[in-house]
Amino acid sequence: MGRLSLAAGRIALSLPTIFGVIVISFLLTRALPGDPAAYFAGPTATPESISEIRRSLGLDRSLPVQFVGYLQDLAAGDLGRSISTGQSVLSDLLTRLPASLELTFLALFMSLVVAIPAGILAATRPDGIIDQATRFLVTAGVSLPTFFTGLLLLFIFYFKLGWAPSPLGRLDILYLPPPAVTGFYLVDSLIAGDIETFRASLAQLLLPSITLALFTMAPIARMTRASMIAALGSEYIRTARAAGLSRRTVLFVYALRNALLPVVTTLGMVFSFALGANVLVEKVFAWPGIGSYAVDALISSDYAAVQGFVLTMALLFVTLNLVIDILYTLLDPRIAHET
Amino acid sequence: MNDIPLLQIDDLAVTFETRGGTVEAVRDVSFRLQKGEALGIVGESGSGKSVTSYAAMKILDRNGTVASGSITFGGMDLGTASEAAMSDLRGREMSMIFQDPRSALNPIRTVGRQIEDVLLRHSQATRHDVRAKAVEMLRKVRIARPEERYHAYPFELSGGMCQRVVIAIALACDPQLLIADEPTTGLDVTTQKAVMDLADELRRQSNLSMLLITHDLGLAATYCDRIVVMEKGRIVETAPARSLFDDPQHPYTRRLIAAMPRRTAGLRDLLPTGDAERGTAPAAWPATAARPLLEISGLTKTFAKKRGLPGRLLGKAEPPAPAVDDISFTLDRGESLGLVGESGCGKSTTSSMIMRLLDPTAGEIVFDGERIDQIPRASFARSPLRARMQMVFQDHTASLNPRFTARRSIADPILRLGRRGDGRSVDDRVAELADRVSLPQALLDRFPHQLSGGQKARVGIARAIALSPDLLILDEPTAALDVSVQAVVLNLLADLRAEMGLSYLFISHDLEVVRLLCDRVIVMRGGVIVEEGATTEVLTDPKDAYTRELIDAIPTIEPRDPRPGAAPAAAAAALAAR
Amino acid sequence: MRPDPTMSKTVPNALPRSPGGRLKGAIGDRLRLAAYIARGSTTTMLAMAMAAVFVLAAILGPAIVPYDPLASNPQAALQPPSFDFWFGTDNLGRDVFSRVVVATRLDLGIAFGAVALSFVAGSLIGSLSGYFGGWVDAVFGRLIDVIMAFPLFVLAMGIVAAAGNTVENIVYATAIINLPFYARIVRSEIAVRRESGFVQAARLSGNGDLRIMAVHLFPNVLPPLMVQISLNLGWAMLNAAGLSFIGLGVRPPTPEWGIMVAEGSNFIISGEWWLALFPGATLMLAVFTFNLLGDGLRDLVDPRQRT
Repeated sequence: MGRLSLAAGRIALSLPTIFGVIVISFLLTRALPGDPAAYFAGPTATPESISEIRRSLGLDRSLPVQFVGYLQDLAAGDLGRSISTGQSVLSDLLTRLPASLELTFLALFMSLVVAIPAGILAATRPDGIIDQATRFLVTAGVSLPTFFTGLLLLFIFYFKLGWAPSPLGRLDILYLPPPAVTGFYLVDSLIAGDIETFRASLAQLLLPSITLALFTMAPIARMTRASMIAALGSEYIRTARAAGLSRRTVLFVYALRNALLPVVTTLGMVFSFALGANVLVEKVFAWPGIGSYAVDALISSDYAAVQGFVLTMALLFVTLNLVIDILYTLLDPRIAHET
Repeated sequence: MNDIPLLQIDDLAVTFETRGGTVEAVRDVSFRLQKGEALGIVGESGSGKSVTSYAAMKILDRNGTVASGSITFGGMDLGTASEAAMSDLRGREMSMIFQDPRSALNPIRTVGRQIEDVLLRHSQATRHDVRAKAVEMLRKVRIARPEERYHAYPFELSGGMCQRVVIAIALACDPQLLIADEPTTGLDVTTQKAVMDLADELRRQSNLSMLLITHDLGLAATYCDRIVVMEKGRIVETAPARSLFDDPQHPYTRRLIAAMPRRTAGLRDLLPTGDAERGTAPAAWPATAARPLLEISGLTKTFAKKRGLPGRLLGKAEPPAPAVDDISFTLDRGESLGLVGESGCGKSTTSSMIMRLLDPTAGEIVFDGERIDQIPRASFARSPLRARMQMVFQDHTASLNPRFTARRSIADPILRLGRRGDGRSVDDRVAELADRVSLPQALLDRFPHQLSGGQKARVGIARAIALSPDLLILDEPTAALDVSVQAVVLNLLADLRAEMGLSYLFISHDLEVVRLLCDRVIVMRGGVIVEEGATTEVLTDPKDAYTRELIDAIPTIEPRDPRPGAAPAAAAAALAAR
Repeated sequence: MRPDPTMSKTVPNALPRSPGGRLKGAIGDRLRLAAYIARGSTTTMLAMAMAAVFVLAAILGPAIVPYDPLASNPQAALQPPSFDFWFGTDNLGRDVFSRVVVATRLDLGIAFGAVALSFVAGSLIGSLSGYFGGWVDAVFGRLIDVIMAFPLFVLAMGIVAAAGNTVENIVYATAIINLPFYARIVRSEIAVRRESGFVQAARLSGNGDLRIMAVHLFPNVLPPLMVQISLNLGWAMLNAAGLSFIGLGVRPPTPEWGIMVAEGSNFIISGEWWLALFPGATLMLAVFTFNLLGDGLRDLVDPRQRT
């Protein structure tokens, strides 16, 4: 079977999952204890507005009918209206999504750049000093409550040392956001050729993304180390050594390429961690992403916004997983054979 | 003979650092290998034969060190050679091939590229001609359609073909020394012969020296000029191949040779001389004239091919080939029947169906006059017939629950299916069974990982006979055992059969072992029976071409003509296709 | 008796055995196992000791603290750490140390409860899917896939938001998001062994499917599960604390680490760092302890990971 048709198969396989995700988010909106309409109407609702909402949400109809209605709304891009902002939830989320993605991607990039070399170094000298240090740091890293690390970094680098800018959003108020192309300030400011703005937005990004990276480094480094050790101990490495291949070839062409396959698989889990921790980091740094939006919505009992957020995150994560899956299918020739 | 040996090892000692302290794996090992000579190093597991060869290549594991002694290769002292110098030698001057060829190749790199890596590393080719040279090497190791196979990944090739690729990597740079570490373990006997014949032929063509590490005396006898016998990390005897077998000097060598199943030996001959119980082989119970114990007719099993979702969506249907295709045979009460064939011939599928671990697609299984193929697999566990047919498995380690003691493993069938109220406690029964299979009772409270291979085999056998079954299926019960342990276990099985009046269905790939234990033999290939008859007849006068090929492929220590290199061209071509 | 070349070999016992062999002192065995694990490395021993301290604090907490964790004292508000108030006092003058210690019971309780629930449910689901395969596996597999299709912390947020803002719902939500890990481990470990020799032998010995699953297969899955439980405890604590940090589940004035950090975060900017630091550091230490313990167990269960 060709790899392209396999990739197509992966996409087909994710369809039931997406359907399941929609069912779960539908149930979450309907499983509210008490009267969902009362929740959706918010704390200041009157009986009239509640019954109005009940009708408009279709809560007086049977569950399957409600589900069809929910699907229709989704297809039309209607996630409901946020009580606190007064905007449609979809447009709220779309304006805030780039901020969250920029933070998450930068953090993941940072943790990959540190964790993979650390894992390789640790694996080449098992139980050596680097290995021991990596093990300790990795375990410590995964034990960090991100909200606490964020506060700690803020206290040290903002309050004590004054190196970091104040944690109030993506850009200091002195600067204007760059013209939106990708929505990522780092990229957009480079496109606009505005180095000052680039530097300013990087300064804002640095602490939150380091906080997030500290947390996501651990699983990557641990997996790299473990699979690298497994690869180095395997028989094809012995064959390569017995054939006199150079240490560099053995390490990078033979061992590392095999070892990276399980690491790619772990990325899915890492994304799950990162997207979850994102919420907490955004809250700590007042980052205007969808995470802090959801937390604010939770506090003001703005349920349509919370559910829209949960669904968006799930769809985002399914897409990321799909990309990882397809990447893996293209990297490992054996997959085509097994299925 | 040359004055300077190609490889000279003097007083080699190798130690390993383990959690339990320093372990000496090899000690006082000395031998020399001349240019163009083939030297066999023979020994059972743990004899240190592989460690010796790894030390010669300086590719010991991180925790292993050469504690003393010297290794000289072509006049160069390898003990003082730097890692850089060694890495230049490896692959260019000295090469190695390994057991389990499939895992010896990088799974995600095409075989062509893996050959190219070696050629480029040792500057035996340039970027321009490297591909042509790699394809040429594939052709040289007789891989059909080499241009196409150049792009193949190891998982797309059979085990035999993978071993050819490993040989191609080893010989790509025309080395002087080839070390072959159990190169055919895990391969079928006919594939083994094809691979070894190829290695032998290439060796003769370029006057290569070979160090063949093997547990198989027959293999060493067929392909080596001289043989070194190792036991527990030391060399016990070194002699030219012929004289070693004609006149072994060391008692261990004598025991090893005696234990090897061969044409001229009976079951009792395999045991060490001076054994009090050696005596004559027990006579089996006479087969009764009554109805056969087991009647198989038209037995067929087809495995539904698993298809992924894309396949299902596209509606691609491949008609599956039956694993077992319409076979019929009978087994008399008290008889011992051999079922022989290479991997994938359907012998294990057949035994699983008879044991009712697997539901047949079609056909009848009649046990003692009762049809059992209709009873669903799940409810057969509660059938009274369950106790009357039992099995001994090939992999003794995997067949024992790692969290059960030997006692609990043996007691399990008694507790589940045993007849109640016969007055004796389960512990007494277990003790009696342990005596019966010569398992010291002190070992009964050990867990599987605390037992040796032979002891685990005994636990498995004790469990299988715990309910005094009528039929015992033996699925390659000695394939994983050292040859001396195999001899003991085979004799135990023969004794049990005589004492308890058991009927055996003995599944094996090894015709010599089947000859020792079975009255009748069935040869299977590709899911069908190709030959059936009395064991002596089939072995001495095979009617089917495949049976003959199988018999010829068995390496033997007895002289045989013609030499493997002189095999007829047609037969060689047929083997090359495998 | 016939000489057997293998009989002379004695394989050293991996675990110290009780004298008499057949006597099964269950508690004694557990203690010996713990001693064996601890001897493996000093780090693991330290982790065990710290875990014991946390468990003790959870049990004895309210009985041993110097102050009432809920009693406010406006005269002593926002005092830095001192001999009287080891961890200082908060804006209402409550003793931070007492609150941190008393919170142990709630934080550990949520984590243990959630892990126990997901262990039981995950083992059941995983055993059935792994052993029977087919449609059972397909149905459960889909369910697990859908749970895993959410970023787990986000799903927990959604569940608590929908089901109601209570401590019990935090436990359920944490259990649901951890369930897939147990189900997947058990499923794959059971599926690998489903057709293994010892299971076939158990069938031949007359064991039914349920008995094979419970008696023969499940005990073999326990070692990797123990590792998972230990690593999972830390992760469950992080989750629960994270949820209360954003205002879900536990409500003030109940002492809980996550909510204490959230409350303290308002005072960081004005320099009263001790309000957030001590509960945060304690949470970190607790998670670190269980992760270290899990790592130590993992090394034991799978030595290949180590060398």
